Amino acid sequence: MRFFIPQDTSALACGAEAVAQALLDANIEPVRNGSRGMFWLEPLLEVETAQGRIGFGPVSDKDVATILKALESDASSHDLYLGAVDEIEYLASQQRLTYTRAGLGDPLCLENYQALDGFNGLKRALTMSPQQIVDEIKNSGLRGRGGAAFPAGIKWQTVLDAGATDSQKYIVCNADEGDSGTFADRLLMESDPYQLIEGMVIAGLAVGATQGYIYLRSEYPVAHRLLNTAIEKAMEANFLGDNIGQSGKSFYLEVRLGAGAYICGEETSLLESLEGKRGMVRAKPPLPAIEGLFGQPTVVNNVLTLAAVSTILAQGAKTYQDFGMGRSRGTLAIQLAGNIKRGGLIELAFGVTLREVVENYGQGTYSGRPIRAIQVGGPLGAFLPESQWDTPLDYEAFAAIKAMIGHGGIVVFDDSADMAAQARFSMEFCVEESCGKCTPCRIGSVRGVEVIDRIVANEDRDNNMILLHDLCDTMEQGSLCAMGGMTPFPVRSALTHFAQDFTGAGKGDN
Amino acid sequence: MGSSQTEQQTIAALVDQYRDLPGGLLPLLHAVQAEIGHVPDSAVMTIAKGLNLSRAEVHGVISFYHDFKTQPVGRNRVQICRAEACQSMGSRHLESYAKQRLGIDYHQTTDDGNISLEPVYCLGNCACSPSVRVNDDVFARVDQDRFDQLIADLGGE
Repeated sequence: MRFFIPQDTSALACGAEAVAQALLDANIEPVRNGSRGMFWLEPLLEVETAQGRIGFGPVSDKDVATILKALESDASSHDLYLGAVDEIEYLASQQRLTYTRAGLGDPLCLENYQALDGFNGLKRALTMSPQQIVDEIKNSGLRGRGGAAFPAGIKWQTVLDAGATDSQKYIVCNADEGDSGTFADRLLMESDPYQLIEGMVIAGLAVGATQGYIYLRSEYPVAHRLLNTAIEKAMEANFLGDNIGQSGKSFYLEVRLGAGAYICGEETSLLESLEGKRGMVRAKPPLPAIEGLFGQPTVVNNVLTLAAVSTILAQGAKTYQDFGMGRSRGTLAIQLAGNIKRGGLIELAFGVTLREVVENYGQGTYSGRPIRAIQVGGPLGAFLPESQWDTPLDYEAFAAIKAMIGHGGIVVFDDSADMAAQARFSMEFCVEESCGKCTPCRIGSVRGVEVIDRIVANEDRDNNMILLHDLCDTMEQGSLCAMGGMTPFPVRSALTHFAQDFTGAGKGDN
Repeated sequence: MGSSQTEQQTIAALVDQYRDLPGGLLPLLHAVQAEIGHVPDSAVMTIAKGLNLSRAEVHGVISFYHDFKTQPVGRNRVQICRAEACQSMGSRHLESYAKQRLGIDYHQTTDDGNISLEPVYCLGNCACSPSVRVNDDVFARVDQDRFDQLIADLGGE
């Protein structure tokens, strides 16, 4: 019997280390796997038995003795018994293309990765010309998963065509996953880091780049450690470095840590930071694809975009393209978070409705109270009232209701939430995290906090309401990037759909 | 006197190590902070010289990023997540409790130098909120009792 207990951040945060220690004390050395993404079951203890892989969860160190005892007779008699992990509805009903390997084994085991189809995409890419690889990505319909949803193949084509034949080009992975309610990048990096590495090497082959950087936020120490070890091992096995797999092609990769600035998730600010500067947003044009890192042609893609590249190259553009709806192709890594009973990662084809996700997967709030608002797409995403929960998760459908999918984070609030306080927080967050380059964002957010305070205090209410909308217009239209340009989204949605919270009567105590 | 001399030697050695790394200022500052606990003002001149930057440029980078501290901080860093997912699970209450429990506000250190309290915006543990990070460990579903226990584990006082 082999035992598995994750080394994923959320599993550890829920007490996985103590469970591992309890197993060691019982002379059992568990495999430290990644998480399956069912965080409501973490720490999830899995056991490989003659009947397949069964699970227990959420487990604490105190449960280990009774589980071991139950395993000797009838495992299903244990209170925490979950049955075959693969058959848990939450997992079994997903359409996993990117997270197929997540949680199956030790994320750093190269043999394991290859046994589960790892590096098949890279092997195929090594037989193709750069243009063929770029065409494959174009045909897949893959769009950037960071939030902007720009077609990845078109970005790659621009970088492939940019610069002189011998110019130094770069692949930069945006792993500055700062949106509240998101953890998909972290989960991927902690459960299947080689998939990201593989995607970056393929991107390098496609556009002619020999150096890559993963810009990782400093809030992710576990991912940092795992990525560094994975890169070392991939170097040793010649999946990175000089003359990859005797192909004559080279690619080097380095992880760089951010330093706690949300704005560095914006691609031009990220590039400034990578160059060792303040993370100030750059005006576009020039596009980073033409003048990016150190002034050279640069692909900047999100972790999930680059991870999907491995799948697309391994399984072909057509397979990927067959998932999804409209212009949103493939799968979306939905992250269900906040006040939710069963939070976690849900990978599904685009097109599922918000209500299906929150009700079927989430099973309502953690607190047991009714859901009041759902914020989709991070701190710059709108707060959606119940009337909008039937919107399908599709980039265009969300844009049509002045909302955005962004990086796929869903944060649920129960009926104790004070939406005026949340709107104020949106402005406050912008004050805290604005890079300061453009006035609408830098000053507008400060004024936004003040005006919301005056509205809630019932000071000259009508005029301040006009002022707030005017301020939001200025921020939306005059800001250099999405930070100032979209902070009004949550503010306005709160004003529109939860107007009663702004009357100063006070709502809830959240 | 002696310690500040060692400090200068440490900084100089790190500058040598990172000066040729493309865009090496952030990795260098992280390394200085890891060694010394903060980035002292006295480091700015050495770093500027070593990387061929102006002092203003180095200072500008240090002051831009939340992570870099210019003053000594506590032996332990306690961060409370202030982002939306944690708010939806009551982190605002936890914040005020933590401040009252420790007798300090954000960006302050307890009198015994044991704990510095900081806000953080998302730890990527949003399905198990509210989250607290103590040094390099993240903790899930932290209520007042759990917070007390985490603080007790850090000793001090």
